[in-house]
Amino acid sequence: MNRRAILEEAILPPFVALLLAAVVGDVLILSFGQSPGDVYKLLLDGTWGNAYGFGQVLYKATTLVFTGLAVGLGLRAGLFNIGAESQLAAGGFCAALAGMLLPAGIPALVCLPLFIFAAGLGGGVVGAIPGVLKARFGAHEVIVTIMLNFIVLALLNYLTSEKFHVPDTLHTPELKSGPLPRLGDMMDSFHGSAANATILLAIIAAIVMGWYLFRTRRGFELRAVGLQSHAAEYAGVNVAGVTWRALAVSGAIAGLGGLNYVLGYKHYYEEGFATGAGFLGIAVALVGRNHPVGIILAALLFATLSQGGLAVNAIVPKQMVDVLQAVVILAVSTSVPEVRRLLRGARRSVES
Amino acid sequence: MNALDFLAQTLRIAIPYLLAASAGVLSERAGLIGLTLEGYMLGGAFCAAATSFAVASGMPDQAGLAPWIGVLAAVVGGALLSMLYATSAIRFRADQVVVGIAINLLAVGLTRFFLRLFFDSSSNSPRVPGFDAKGAGTGFGALVHDPLVWIGVVMVPSVGWLLYRTPFGLRVRAVGEHPAAAASVGVPVARVRYLAVALSGMIAGLAGAYLALDQHQFTDGMTAGRGFIALAATIFGRWDPLRAGLACLLFAAAETLQIQLQGTHAIPSQFIEMIPYVLTIIALAGVVGRAVPPAALGKTSAE
Repeated sequence: MNRRAILEEAILPPFVALLLAAVVGDVLILSFGQSPGDVYKLLLDGTWGNAYGFGQVLYKATTLVFTGLAVGLGLRAGLFNIGAESQLAAGGFCAALAGMLLPAGIPALVCLPLFIFAAGLGGGVVGAIPGVLKARFGAHEVIVTIMLNFIVLALLNYLTSEKFHVPDTLHTPELKSGPLPRLGDMMDSFHGSAANATILLAIIAAIVMGWYLFRTRRGFELRAVGLQSHAAEYAGVNVAGVTWRALAVSGAIAGLGGLNYVLGYKHYYEEGFATGAGFLGIAVALVGRNHPVGIILAALLFATLSQGGLAVNAIVPKQMVDVLQAVVILAVSTSVPEVRRLLRGARRSVES
Repeated sequence: MNALDFLAQTLRIAIPYLLAASAGVLSERAGLIGLTLEGYMLGGAFCAAATSFAVASGMPDQAGLAPWIGVLAAVVGGALLSMLYATSAIRFRADQVVVGIAINLLAVGLTRFFLRLFFDSSSNSPRVPGFDAKGAGTGFGALVHDPLVWIGVVMVPSVGWLLYRTPFGLRVRAVGEHPAAAASVGVPVARVRYLAVALSGMIAGLAGAYLALDQHQFTDGMTAGRGFIALAATIFGRWDPLRAGLACLLFAAAETLQIQLQGTHAIPSQFIEMIPYVLTIIALAGVVGRAVPPAALGKTSAE
């Protein structure tokens, strides 16, 4: 297949999905007795139309880039990581713990590697468990990651509420050193929004993942296992090794997403700080077609939707956005095989 | 609390699990992953509450009928969601895991949206009529008045009978195990799968109806992961209805114990919460007797 054909197959489904979501959105808006045009205008004004709204979009997109990259990396290896939800929480929790242990007054740049290590370790361990169980026992990673979500979130709930919380709150003590600057500190117009320097880490993570997947031998092996694991094994790839490494790295990337909240926004771990971001990561990876560039764009799209929900809440329920997000996922996943079949059929009929 | 109360409480908690796990076994034995149970239950719970409320307020003289029509609505709601899932996964060969997650998100979104639209609330519906009889008290006395309890108890053996004693059940197991072989002897693979998934949506819808009518209202996200516990029971019960039913009772007993232990700090409640999930992972990893899923489970292009 040539480049153009690959691009067509990758880009068409998300557009079909957006179109369908817009139609469903119209129906929901009309059912609430409002005009779709007004609502969409309000949605855009409240997100990309002003610096605060845009800052919130960037903040939400940052977390989604991490979870999207995590799910995308797994999918490239043919593995479905549904555990981003708890890996993200574990990463944030470990970063907050590291912040409690560090003495005060250390410059942010010095302890940043430590925080990255802590968050990556937290998420990575949670990701490695299904990886090892899959590689060693063949346990299906989908079920194991779902079950681990509940286990890890219950464990974090126990640790936070019984061991580490500040009295009368449900969060851990604030970091003593190392918080990252917010965009509002640098540019006045962003004042009040949660966007912060973690966004640079997200972009770096996307670049590193692109390089790893498409420019290194390990990345090539990973993609080979994802495309045809038997063929890869025959060619000498250690499939079990690739499997557990891919899930561990995927978990670590999701864990880094916790830094956005803990280092950049509130400076402590709080239960439910990013509820739903792990599951939306699946949507982001899917719409972004598991490509780092696509994932960044898709993260911006889903962040715009969820921030936009708050912007339109005065005239239509913000819950409309939850429906639209589900419709996008449903439509993309349903149209991917169909678009491929139709395009290939059309091409064949042209060629013959 | 005496032993009888403990059993009654366990059964009360187990009913939605028994229904949803029966649905899970049916769907998974036909080859379609039961990730969507949570969504069916939530959709069913909302349909039951909204319809029961509408009937009771629209026809006050027929108030006794309200919960029954609510149950019917839950069955329809579960069936609609399950047909959406089946159409994507079977007709369009979409990835079952992705579609399953989308269906769950859709159920969350739609119930929230219609909660705002119908009841102008983002948390719960008003009180709706349920099945309870006056003066029945607590424990088993209250349970026997709820027809959904009876349906829940009977559902597990019924699905077992359907799967193992009827031609339809044989076909369900065949399309879940080896669809190509089933097709070669003339089994309409897609049609059997559609039917199995539709039935599973209806049964899981009943589980949601039980929750809503038992609590006399719909609250946002009221299924609270129960669909996934039912999925855990399906797997822990190795895709067999009776074993899955026993797993449901086991998980429900653990939950009852947790409620009893609350405040005593003997064991942190979070650790008891983990039990179903930990057991399922252990079963999947095959430490004690490996759980082997139906061969065609989750495979999209196998037709």
